[in-house]
Amino acid sequence: MAITFANVSFAYPSGWRAVDDVSFTVKEGERLAIVGQNGAGKTTTVKLMNGLLKPTSGTVTVDGVTTAERTTASIAATVGYVFQNPDDQIFASTVRDELEYVPRYRKWDDAKRDERVGRAARLAGIERYFDSNPNDLPLVIRKFVAIAAVLVGECKYIVLDEPTAGLDRPGQRRLVSLIDQLESEGVSVVTITHDMRFVAQTFKRVIAMANRRIIADGDCASLFASDELLRQASIRRPELAQLVRDLGLSDRAYRLDEIAALIPDNR
Amino acid sequence: MALISMQDVSFTYAYSEAPALTDVSLTLEERLLYGVIGVNASGKTTLCSLMRGLIPLFHPGTLTGKVEIRGRNLLEWDPAELSRAIGCVFENPFTQISGIKDTVFEEIAFGLENIGVPRDEMIERVLEVVERLGLEELIKKNPNELSGGQRQKVAFAAIVAMDADFIVIDEPTSQLDPEASDAVFEIIGDLRKRGKSIVLVEHKIDLMAQHADRIIVMKDGRVIAEGPTADIVTSGVMDEADVPRPEVTELALALQGTGKAFPSLPITRAEAFDALSSRRGG
Repeated sequence: MAITFANVSFAYPSGWRAVDDVSFTVKEGERLAIVGQNGAGKTTTVKLMNGLLKPTSGTVTVDGVTTAERTTASIAATVGYVFQNPDDQIFASTVRDELEYVPRYRKWDDAKRDERVGRAARLAGIERYFDSNPNDLPLVIRKFVAIAAVLVGECKYIVLDEPTAGLDRPGQRRLVSLIDQLESEGVSVVTITHDMRFVAQTFKRVIAMANRRIIADGDCASLFASDELLRQASIRRPELAQLVRDLGLSDRAYRLDEIAALIPDNR
Repeated sequence: MALISMQDVSFTYAYSEAPALTDVSLTLEERLLYGVIGVNASGKTTLCSLMRGLIPLFHPGTLTGKVEIRGRNLLEWDPAELSRAIGCVFENPFTQISGIKDTVFEEIAFGLENIGVPRDEMIERVLEVVERLGLEELIKKNPNELSGGQRQKVAFAAIVAMDADFIVIDEPTSQLDPEASDAVFEIIGDLRKRGKSIVLVEHKIDLMAQHADRIIVMKDGRVIAEGPTADIVTSGVMDEADVPRPEVTELALALQGTGKAFPSLPITRAEAFDALSSRRGG
């Protein structure tokens, strides 16, 4: 079971080609980061995963069925997408209403509804905002409301579009523990982010995009080792990876523990 | 005369029970770059809104204590004059963009137009900032068609074009890719060199450590520390406020007390490199 992109291209009705000949696979239970410059095609790519957009050419297959053959609503039960801007997603006037939308839509009984809504709110750390109007909450809390609303659906694949933008350290810790929890339950998590420190600490596999195409798909160390790939994708090495590279100690080390081990003695 | 002085300032938003700021006393000097750090909802944005008079003029609420901007009580400033004196970039670029202009070029020129800058000078200033931020491809686009990151750049460009002496910038890079973030910080660094006074809210502590003269640390609506950047980011107040340290400082702390220890705690990659380069091949 997997999401598979085979030579996928997408052009908006205006003719603007946002994604060009992209191929990759996200396996069930796998976590993956997508990085790259603003406008590289990252958001378009993930919107193709859950059928919000359908390819202009090529095929996107979710668990064996192409998205072209399915309605967006039916794909959304398998692939959950959390919008970059929570205000594009949130529409209810209380957090509880927002989280109970999926249970109502799928006609779950009350027990199932309460269990799943409660669990999603706990994972996202927003239980105490149940009765708040999302519009009264700070942007970062709204982002976690948007995440919780998608978690309720218990999708096999979850896509987070720039969840780290503007996030503080407690928020990042919550996000990482949420991703860890989802992984332990066999859920795939695909995350778009610009934060390389977060990528280095949280992901092994990373896809880099530039100019509508995938330019790298592999482990963090290989991406951070290549000046050329980083330049094309407009990204930077984490500070410590750059430091040990400048010192000539390693091209591939990026984690604090491995870098600490490489630092020569202070004699 | 101080740029800003606050004495025992507290503020509670209308319809809110808890205060957003509590007993804040701060003095900000001219021509420095102040970084403001703290977790979400610690009061950073409220502090910024206060410094540019949005509180209490635009956001109602209960303000106590005394706020002076360039020696004049905040409440005595004419709002229009204050908005000319202080440029401000909002965190949410969707709020900053006017929504009434058809092109990015006009959007960036909007503020200049409002204060009556002559047409030729206006065009020159807009084109200059467009070039510095690499926005050439966007200037004919409709601002409403831009991505989040592109809007953020346009909002920043509009403020740089205004050329105010004192600029309050609230998370200018939250939606930008690393290359664009570096470009924004380079421009902020330039503004500082040109003698501008800047207050900058930003989570990217590595960039903050490189550029800020002083750091203000906030927690639960209070200022829990204010001081030179190196003193603050190497101190325990970072843990108390639950904000990250620069990566190189974390490394140095991890090596403290071992045979690999740094002579002193670095806060930038350049400092760490200098401290370690003599050890290479050793």
